[in-house]
Amino acid sequence: MASTEKNFTATTNPCKLCAPLGASLVFKGVRDALCLLHGSQGCATYIRRYLISHFREPVDIASSSFAEAAAVFGGGDNLKNALTNVCSQYHPKIIGVATTCLSETIGDNVPMYISEFKKANSRTDLPEIVHISTPSYRGTHMDGFYDSVKALVVSLARAGDRTDQIALFPGFVSPADMRYLKEIVSDFGLPRVMLPDYSETLDGPLWKEYQRIPKGGTTYDEIVSLGRSQAVIEFGHTLKTGRSAGLPLEEYSVHRYTLGLPIGITLSDEFFGVLEQLSGRKMPARYAEERGRLIDSYADAHKYIFEKKAILFGEEDLVIAMASFLFEIGVVPVLCASGSKSGAMEKILSEMGARYGRTISVRGNADFSDILDEAKNLAPDFLVGNSKGYAIARELDIPLIRIGFPVHDRIGGGRLLHLGYRGSQELFDRIVNTIIECTQAKSSVGHSYM
Amino acid sequence: MMDHDTLQDPLAIKEEILSKYPPKVARKRSKSIVVRDPENEQKIQANVRTIPGIITQRGCAYAGCKGVVLGPTRDIINITHGPIGCGFYSWLTRRNQTKPPGNEDENFMTYCFSTDMQDSNIVFGGEKKLREAIQEAYDLFKPRAISVFSTCPIGLIGDDVHAVAREMKEKLGINVFAFSCEGYKGVSQSAGHHIANNGLFKHVVGLDDTVKEGDFKINMLGEYNIGGDAFELERILELAGFTLISTFSGNSDMGRFANSHTADLNVIMCHRSINYMAEMMETKFGIPWLKVNFTGAKATAKSLRKMARYFGDKKLINRVEKLIKDEMAAVNEVLRETKPRCEGKLAMLFVGGSRAHHYQELFNELGMKTVCAGYEFGHRDDYEGREVLPDIKIDADSRNIEELFVEKDDKRYRPRKSAEEIRSLKKKGLEIGEYDGLMAEMGKQSLVVDDISHYETEKLIEFYKPHIFCAGIKEKYVVQKMGVPLKQLHSYDYGGPYAGFRGAINFYLEIDRMVNTRIWDLIIPPWEKNGAEITAEYVSL
Repeated sequence: MASTEKNFTATTNPCKLCAPLGASLVFKGVRDALCLLHGSQGCATYIRRYLISHFREPVDIASSSFAEAAAVFGGGDNLKNALTNVCSQYHPKIIGVATTCLSETIGDNVPMYISEFKKANSRTDLPEIVHISTPSYRGTHMDGFYDSVKALVVSLARAGDRTDQIALFPGFVSPADMRYLKEIVSDFGLPRVMLPDYSETLDGPLWKEYQRIPKGGTTYDEIVSLGRSQAVIEFGHTLKTGRSAGLPLEEYSVHRYTLGLPIGITLSDEFFGVLEQLSGRKMPARYAEERGRLIDSYADAHKYIFEKKAILFGEEDLVIAMASFLFEIGVVPVLCASGSKSGAMEKILSEMGARYGRTISVRGNADFSDILDEAKNLAPDFLVGNSKGYAIARELDIPLIRIGFPVHDRIGGGRLLHLGYRGSQELFDRIVNTIIECTQAKSSVGHSYM
Repeated sequence: MMDHDTLQDPLAIKEEILSKYPPKVARKRSKSIVVRDPENEQKIQANVRTIPGIITQRGCAYAGCKGVVLGPTRDIINITHGPIGCGFYSWLTRRNQTKPPGNEDENFMTYCFSTDMQDSNIVFGGEKKLREAIQEAYDLFKPRAISVFSTCPIGLIGDDVHAVAREMKEKLGINVFAFSCEGYKGVSQSAGHHIANNGLFKHVVGLDDTVKEGDFKINMLGEYNIGGDAFELERILELAGFTLISTFSGNSDMGRFANSHTADLNVIMCHRSINYMAEMMETKFGIPWLKVNFTGAKATAKSLRKMARYFGDKKLINRVEKLIKDEMAAVNEVLRETKPRCEGKLAMLFVGGSRAHHYQELFNELGMKTVCAGYEFGHRDDYEGREVLPDIKIDADSRNIEELFVEKDDKRYRPRKSAEEIRSLKKKGLEIGEYDGLMAEMGKQSLVVDDISHYETEKLIEFYKPHIFCAGIKEKYVVQKMGVPLKQLHSYDYGGPYAGFRGAINFYLEIDRMVNTRIWDLIIPPWEKNGAEITAEYVSL
């Protein structure tokens, strides 16, 4: 059963965030870059405070700070002043100018303002300015994210002599996931450029000296070099039909692999298979061992989780990959929901359910009130998703396995590992132990040997 | 580290900061950075537009209206009219708490309602969707009130939210009202506070004339129950013998707002966000107001005494004195333990429109010195005191916030004190309707900075090397990267309460832990520390 029909006109307890947040995240993963939101300053402030509550790291986002006059007469002067001040204070190499619903509604011509700004400042050493259209009335934070990666590729990547390099577009994953991905690709002996890479900027150590723009991220030169890669690997099932940043690289004859986020054995195998193919090397022993241990633990723990029912929610690509993993370990994701409404998820998951001989409910364009309404009839054993599912977990008195974003009611959101054999192992152990803990806590007998 | 008594002259650092700005920006910022000299009258520039591109602490009118003032009320359904972002970001993020009287009583604060406008609504208008959203909320929850908050695109596409609200109020027979609190209004969240005050005053205050039982009736204004502050204050007020009619708006409900004009005194905590309400209630209903501060044990005691003197009842005064004596015993016990470890340490405070002032009291009690402070969205009167109000020029950004024209209510205006009584109380030193502002609190050569930027924060931390910095979540992790602990005074770092007597105790303990933590000692590994020390350690082994 798949549906994008909402029960109500209004959205109650949304299961999505707005597009400029996705753009802001991508520019946190570019070295010496700063994101500037073109609109009223509340957008930058809200998005900063929200990202920070998950990552617990500094997040600087500039704003062109519209007042009423700019809203009426256009925000050109505000944008140009903002660019001037950002340049003089932060000396960024790249500025991402993302729009907001305000500047989009009044129809500000941002590319024109940017070119006027460049003309007026032609003698100074200007940063690269990349524009992305991100009104929050269109799509979700994931559209802002994917569009920004694509905008960076389109604006900066150039053709040139072919290298062995792999381009890797991981999608919206955690800093811990990014570090692990880099480790994997390096262990295959492949040079790589990952975009974005906020593994350091959004999960960094204390500073010995002040960093106006925190260190880390994909460099300008690396983004330019993307056009010379031998292949691009991008994660996200929805990218097959949607806004792929790998697609423009195909124009430079870069071979494109669009894979699901590597969660669980099946999807991780696909990723490692591609790496074997591209590197001409066998999977390094440590990963073969990780894979072996993961399957070993599946076998060990099946009695605790087999046929348990889960409700899964979050970004479409995360939900699809997690559903594949849950099916694999014997858990039935009875309801898979996302606030996005691209329609891609419904088809993929209904087919996946059919392969496992299960009819599952798949809902795009869903909010938490839709999820709760349906959950009441499904008798789920646990929820899998971000902190916003807590209210439902509390109401149904079932545990919530926190993954993805935002996780603001626990520490370590940035260090959650989801990907590859190692990430799947962590998820698996967490899920099984949560179920055991529940059984133990609700038992009338004080078992300590399960 | 600087000596506690003699502050280093910050003029040089002010000049260094300004020298890095383009001349026009430097001129503007110069007026918002004041080196204190209490012997002279000093002006500060405040409540002016933030310079685009300068990373600011400030939020927007919507945040001030929906998030701050209306957010803590449990039984009004708040619908955000606009695309999804704003509703999501203001969903429970301020940590204001509420306690419905019974299990069956409503609490809508954990919900986020949004019209989630899409492309087509922006093009063809969102009134229809708003109407349906209000109807749905009514059908599902049968609330006593629904309010609507406009985000940026709404004013621009010309949705008449007020007309929709009137229409639905008529149709549903419940109170429905709307706020034009688009994010581009005004220069900060302060505009949203004003819009919220106006809306509550127009649509809710005065709807219920029932006179409740009880003596010494008050409203508490500008207290938002972050971390349970209002619960502690309700406890204290009850013990002291006051009857709390309504709080604006911590732990509040609609019925209490509606009845609030029956109180005999308004006490104001956060002057910035709610002084409009106090003034309008005074003009229309004759209720005087007192500025109070329940942040800090001594400040709480002082405020309770002020309130008792206003009513002038001997029994009340005695009861307040007994309460203070009882409560201070526990407070002093904790201070004896914590103060010696905190004394002489330095604090910087950049928060809110009142907290940067109020929290100086708590630091004073610990023997700590506030060397540098400022507001995020304060106005000149919050810095310099209300006597500057007539001098404040109304600029274009303030002019577009509606100023309600309020008159005496023919039937319900009742002066709580005669002009003669007020004069006499004032003569005896009771500051009725007065507020002296933050600058009066700050000593010679301390530094006051309005709407501090990220860059200024960094420079000033380098200069002062404070033991603690107080701001919000946006500043927390960048300041801590520099090895300075940051205490969040918006969300209290998930702790609290910090108001009242028990709150003061919580705060002392928390600050003691923070300024004396040894985490920072671990930054440099032993092998990078100076060789002599390591040798010495070997010897001692």
